[in-house]
Amino acid sequence: MEHASHIFSYKTLGLVLGALLVLTGVTVGASYIDLGWVNVWIALVIASAKASLVLVVFMHMNSAGKGVVVSFLSTVFFLAIMIGFIFWDVAFR
Amino acid sequence: METVASFYETPEPARFTGIWSWLLTLDHKRIGLMYLFAILFWFLLAVLLGGVLRLELMFPGETILSPGLYNSAFTLHGVIMIFLFIIPALPAIFGNFFLPIHIGADDVYFPKLNLLSWYLYMAGGGIAIFSLFSDGFADTGWTFYVPFSISTNTNVSTTVFAAFVLGFSSMLTGLNFITTVHKMRDRAMGWLQIPLFTWSLYATAWVQLLATPIIAITLVLVMIERFFNVGLFDPARGGDPILYQHLFWMYSHPAVYIMILPGMGVISEIIPVFARKSIFGYKAIVGSSLAIAIAGSLVWAHHMYTSGMSDTAVFVFSLLTYVVAIPSAIKVFSWVATLYKGAIEMTPPLFFSLCFIYLFSVGGLTGLVLGAAGANIHVHDTHFVVAHFHFTMFGGTGFAFFAALHYWWPKMFGRMYDFKKAYIAAILVTGGFMFHYVPMFILGLQGMPRRYYDYLPQYANGNFFAGFGALFMILGIGLMVANLLVSLSRPRNAGPDPWGGVTLEWTIPSPPPVHNFVRPPEIMAYPYDFSGVTDRSAQRPKGE
Repeated sequence: MEHASHIFSYKTLGLVLGALLVLTGVTVGASYIDLGWVNVWIALVIASAKASLVLVVFMHMNSAGKGVVVSFLSTVFFLAIMIGFIFWDVAFR
Repeated sequence: METVASFYETPEPARFTGIWSWLLTLDHKRIGLMYLFAILFWFLLAVLLGGVLRLELMFPGETILSPGLYNSAFTLHGVIMIFLFIIPALPAIFGNFFLPIHIGADDVYFPKLNLLSWYLYMAGGGIAIFSLFSDGFADTGWTFYVPFSISTNTNVSTTVFAAFVLGFSSMLTGLNFITTVHKMRDRAMGWLQIPLFTWSLYATAWVQLLATPIIAITLVLVMIERFFNVGLFDPARGGDPILYQHLFWMYSHPAVYIMILPGMGVISEIIPVFARKSIFGYKAIVGSSLAIAIAGSLVWAHHMYTSGMSDTAVFVFSLLTYVVAIPSAIKVFSWVATLYKGAIEMTPPLFFSLCFIYLFSVGGLTGLVLGAAGANIHVHDTHFVVAHFHFTMFGGTGFAFFAALHYWWPKMFGRMYDFKKAYIAAILVTGGFMFHYVPMFILGLQGMPRRYYDYLPQYANGNFFAGFGALFMILGIGLMVANLLVSLSRPRNAGPDPWGGVTLEWTIPSPPPVHNFVRPPEIMAYPYDFSGVTDRSAQRPKGE
């Protein structure tokens, strides 16, 4: 079947679900430790990792067409710029 | 051209008749028309509200509106104009109707999603009206700035929810347009054979898709803060009010380009047709549309120079703001260069387009005054900003909307309107516009703040003149709409190509058949080749 390679096993899906929950816990835990501006980057990195897992495994981005992948990467790039530009303000207040 | 039944006589899907053939239609043209009448309703309502506001300001002191009512009235005026008129008007009406035709397609890629977008639009409008009659309409202005929007007792949550729903409608339309351009474009049509209006819609759609989720989430955060007292933006609870402004303008400044880019696309269609000349700098216009979409998304904080954000941010965003002026100037130059040595034929659509170029240029240049951080500090939150904003949005998008109405009306309805009345209306609107907004520039420079129902005696003359201009403008808008609507009672006499246009919509009957093309469309190597076009003015019905 053409789409067979796109289907992940229940075990994989369960592992990803577990990873998402663990990463959520890490985010909450990290928020209790005051690391200054590093806190924001930790939260962003964890959130990006979680979003990537959802996109690759649950939304099958790994087997999507070129157009979809390029569109997705554009949105990531755009979002990164938007968030990054806020630091022109936050980092220099 | 052979006679074929138009989409009015051919419901899609065919099993629905009467009102259901409209309410459940999947035809992009019918959906476009449903948007047209809904948007016209909201536009006229907001125009009347604006008129009431100016009537209050014509004379000092409290006249017809109490301070609280004045706050709610300008908020309602802003919310309707922004979310229910300017943002959806050109993409939802003319984009829906003409984008598929421009690329040789018979519909958009997701027709059902298209209908859902219309229902979301109607639901958003309905929720906004509902909020009027529950706990009173929001009094925050259309920007919903915190911490006031969190602490006020008016019904901010419902109004914000209305904007949230409208945002979804906008996103789905953008998604549909991007997919349609990629997937349904005629195989013979390369990227550089796409008409400029469709190019502008494509660039706009990306901004709609990427920026709208930010405002949607931000508005949800405001609701969460109001309902659950979470300290996101309220400094009293440890929140950051400037963060709200960042998030709000991260969408709302690109939204300005969602509003103006399709308008620029309309002008790029009209100017070459009535100059009988190929558009000057097709590739430059395409590139500038994309450049505006990208650069325009990175300048949001120029609305925040006085908010207390860092000086570094003020410097960076002021610099970036000047970058956006370049692609906008490229467009204006291209339009004027197209007119140069053209065989110009004056018609109502061209008249509105010329007014657009002038008014938008004034709006753009005064935007540079506001983009410069030093000057901005002095005129921030004054009537200067109100005048600038209306010059770009009303003088720009509004006039492009009027131009589009007069340009495509014969194609959409198959009927020509009365030119004389159209010109009188256009002159009234333009003259009234100048009389209305130029005094506001002066009032702003004199220091009159925006959003106040009353003012000091030295501002009395300017406000009186501005109110006077508003009355002329409203009269002109009423005449323009009436003239167009009256034409609907006339026989279908417009013919397939009354203007001598060369893009694909002018190769099919007026109004178009349900699947747009009776025969496979012939894609021209270049979309603005007027070498085969003859003068149409003698044969054209004048709508008398």
